[in-house]
Amino acid sequence: MSDNTITRRGALKVIAGSAALGAAASCTPDELARSTESAHETLSGFDPLPPANPRAAGTLTDPDMLAPVVPWEMVLTDEEMRQVAALADVIIPADERSPAASAVGVPDYINEFVSAPAHKEHLTRLRGGLAWLNRTARERFGATDFPALTTAQQQEICDEICFEPDTPDALKPQARFFDGFRDWVSTGFWTTQEGMRDLGYMGNVPLPSFDGPPPEVLEQLGLAGEDLG
Amino acid sequence: MSQTPTYDAIVVGSGAGGGIAAFILATSGLRVLMLEAGRDYDPLRETPMFQLPKDAPLRGAGTPEKPFGFYDATVDGGWQVPGEPYSVADGSEFMWWRSRMLGGRTNHWGRISLRMGEYDFKPRSRDGLGFDWPMSYEDVAPYYDRTESLIGVYGSNEGLENTPNSSPGVLQPPPKPRAYELLTRKACRRMGIPVVPAHLAIMTQTQDPDRLPGEIFPNNDLARRVTADSMRGRAACYWATPCGRGCSIRANFQSTTVLIPPALATGNLEVRTGAMVREVTVDSQGRATGVHYIDKATLLDEFAAARVVVLAASACESARILLNSTSNQFPDGLANSSGLVGKYVMDTVGAGVYSQIPALQSLPPHNEDGASAMHMYMPWWLYGEQLRGQLDFPRGYHIEFGGGRRSAPGFGAFSGLEPLTQGSYGQRFKDDCRRYYGSFMGFDGRGEMIPNEDCYCEIDPDNVDRYGIPVLKFHWKWADHELNQALHMQRTFAEIVDEMGGTLLSTVQTDGARAISKGGQIIHEVGGAIMGDDRRSSVLNQYCQSWDVPNLFVTDGAPFVSNADKNPTLSIMAIAWRASDYIVEQLGQRSIG
Ligand SMILES: Cc1cc2nc3c(=O)[nH]c(=O)nc-3n(C[C@H](O)[C@H](O)[C@H](O)COP(=O)(O)OP(=O)(O)OC[C@H]3O[C@@H](n4cnc5c(N)ncnc54)[C@H](O)[C@@H]3O)c2cc1C
Ligand code: SF4
Repeated sequence: MSDNTITRRGALKVIAGSAALGAAASCTPDELARSTESAHETLSGFDPLPPANPRAAGTLTDPDMLAPVVPWEMVLTDEEMRQVAALADVIIPADERSPAASAVGVPDYINEFVSAPAHKEHLTRLRGGLAWLNRTARERFGATDFPALTTAQQQEICDEICFEPDTPDALKPQARFFDGFRDWVSTGFWTTQEGMRDLGYMGNVPLPSFDGPPPEVLEQLGLAGEDLG
Repeated sequence: MSQTPTYDAIVVGSGAGGGIAAFILATSGLRVLMLEAGRDYDPLRETPMFQLPKDAPLRGAGTPEKPFGFYDATVDGGWQVPGEPYSVADGSEFMWWRSRMLGGRTNHWGRISLRMGEYDFKPRSRDGLGFDWPMSYEDVAPYYDRTESLIGVYGSNEGLENTPNSSPGVLQPPPKPRAYELLTRKACRRMGIPVVPAHLAIMTQTQDPDRLPGEIFPNNDLARRVTADSMRGRAACYWATPCGRGCSIRANFQSTTVLIPPALATGNLEVRTGAMVREVTVDSQGRATGVHYIDKATLLDEFAAARVVVLAASACESARILLNSTSNQFPDGLANSSGLVGKYVMDTVGAGVYSQIPALQSLPPHNEDGASAMHMYMPWWLYGEQLRGQLDFPRGYHIEFGGGRRSAPGFGAFSGLEPLTQGSYGQRFKDDCRRYYGSFMGFDGRGEMIPNEDCYCEIDPDNVDRYGIPVLKFHWKWADHELNQALHMQRTFAEIVDEMGGTLLSTVQTDGARAISKGGQIIHEVGGAIMGDDRRSSVLNQYCQSWDVPNLFVTDGAPFVSNADKNPTLSIMAIAWRASDYIVEQLGQRSIG
């Protein structure tokens, strides 16, 4: 066991770092400053985390959680990555609130996911799905591949496979591919700082107190008179 | 082995039961050796507090090697431990969660800390099923107070049936409810279901080092001093970061932050990690002399001697050690003259539903992380109906519920939305996600299982682990008591969702076997060395002491004779504390060891 020395300077460093990390996702600079400040006032009693964990064995069952690494090789080709990016952006395009999927690393996440040794069947499903998209792009629009299509053309193809219950039997495998791919894009996108900020996730910041829902939330829920204890 | 042992006591395992035993024995001035199979682990330096899913492989997803996600505190464990298999009998399903680290599963447990009530200690007297405990709630109540005061538990005293109050000044104030918790309470109020502050081993305030240690240890200066020092080093929860990763500011309970450091500070405790105990040895009078363990670093067999042996390797592991401790005197395993070691293993009944609540859509953004655990829950409320025979299952359950905007979006965020979105993608999908964010809720029942003859573990004659130690084989069969209860859970949760104007996203089953969790899956396995009044029908007495081997104790979940809906760990600790006081007293009187 380590000693339990309280180093206030260390505590502040960690809190400042973590507050910036979490709060950047959602708070205005003002809110960030306030929560960091108040956290500084109320918190103490722990050491700064080291940059890596020498105790961890570095195995899959005991990984270094302080310095995570993806221990497998990425397998998608540049071509495939381009196609993954195109489809990802059809599913989550840019708008005024946040960027498109490809702008926040979603294709890299999908590569990581399908490259995992345990995910061989996902890799095959992805490749089968991309092959169908490219073939359809060529047959229907004479394009070289799916990324070469206009957004409207891409959407026309996706409309046929985006909802399995409405998809003709012959296209069920494509619909299941699309469904799974949408889930990957969703995880890849909403877990980023940009995604969390877009959703209004405001947590992962140390707070001096937890005050329950703000009045406007209670109001909207018709809970204005409820006892908060 | 006639030389005087170096240690007064050997404690096997460092989790809830072992942590308490070592803490009480060491602070009472006894020389203690703790043997822990897992590696050394220090939450102050190892916990990934603010790390985000995006920084982890697969965005923190669960994998076979880390089933509850990359950042879950579990080291070398989960449903499988490398090199330490177990088997399950044909036709049975059983899942066994273990970890191999100092502090055991207290590093990543859910921290839900509910007291068993007066009915729970005498269930057979109430409805004729299962067994009564050899002690009553009143006997254990002071130990619940001490345990809660020591570890720090938030909650409230509601005075509800079979849901005991703590003594004044023991509980910490509960956190404010979240929006979805208030909304649920309002709906449940109309249905007559109580929604009250949950009890969690999380500190909402710092502990008072000048008051509490004196209340907990009125007659023990050493215990008071190390406890006060330990309390001074613990911060209150700062309302962020998931407890399942552990807590580097020591705001929640882990054996490694709350029990082992002050026990070490006495100078009376020695901890040996990487020490896998395989057998308890006995002398010709049938008294325990010590344990054999495999030193994982050298893979050599070692021996340690002590006046008393305390097993707390977790319920089934302790049963395994006893069953593997065979000798000419004890051919069926140690402490097993009743033949009951390994028998009456229980888990908690689990069943749940998942739902979407339109009222929670598009709420103004606000921070709902809170204590990263339930702020409210529903204790069992149909005692009267059950007593009058109006329900088709005899014992109760409580409801755990969650959702909303709690914790950062992680792996699987907005997966499986198709039934709500009709397969939207593009701008529509983006807007759908924004709208639905924070509106999902899950309800989980946690119910009492009644011990039965079909649920037990035994030594598998065909398999050993990587240390050559024979492994366990599990047998499991739920009875109608549990199957009907699981169905009742799902029906009730569907009604709550309906009352809240929500939509179910999971199926409400009509076949109990489809609704219920697998044996062991809720990770509340207890029993396997039950206590009782009579040496023929129990393994231990009410002080967790073996009837057969007076200087052998078991202080984990193995002594449990029933498994109330109340999650077991707080009770494990209270009962282990009571047993430890008894050990100190007996050693003092030289009546054992
Ligand atoms: C994810 C999760 C959530 C949970 N949530 C809750 C909750 O909210 N409330 C609740 O009450 N309970 C909860 N539990 C259950 C709780 O963790 C256990 O009840 C509790 O940890 C049991 O304590 P124990 O001392 O018996 O065993 P453990 O905590 O498992 O400790 C046993 C220790 O013994 C060691 N050991 C095993 N075999 C040997 C051997 N042969 N030699 C030496 N050492 C050995 C192990 O490595 C381990 O460190 C949860 C569990 C999990 C996994
Ligand atoms: S929620 Fe609170 S108690 Fe839990 S890990 Fe975070 S700071 Fe610690």
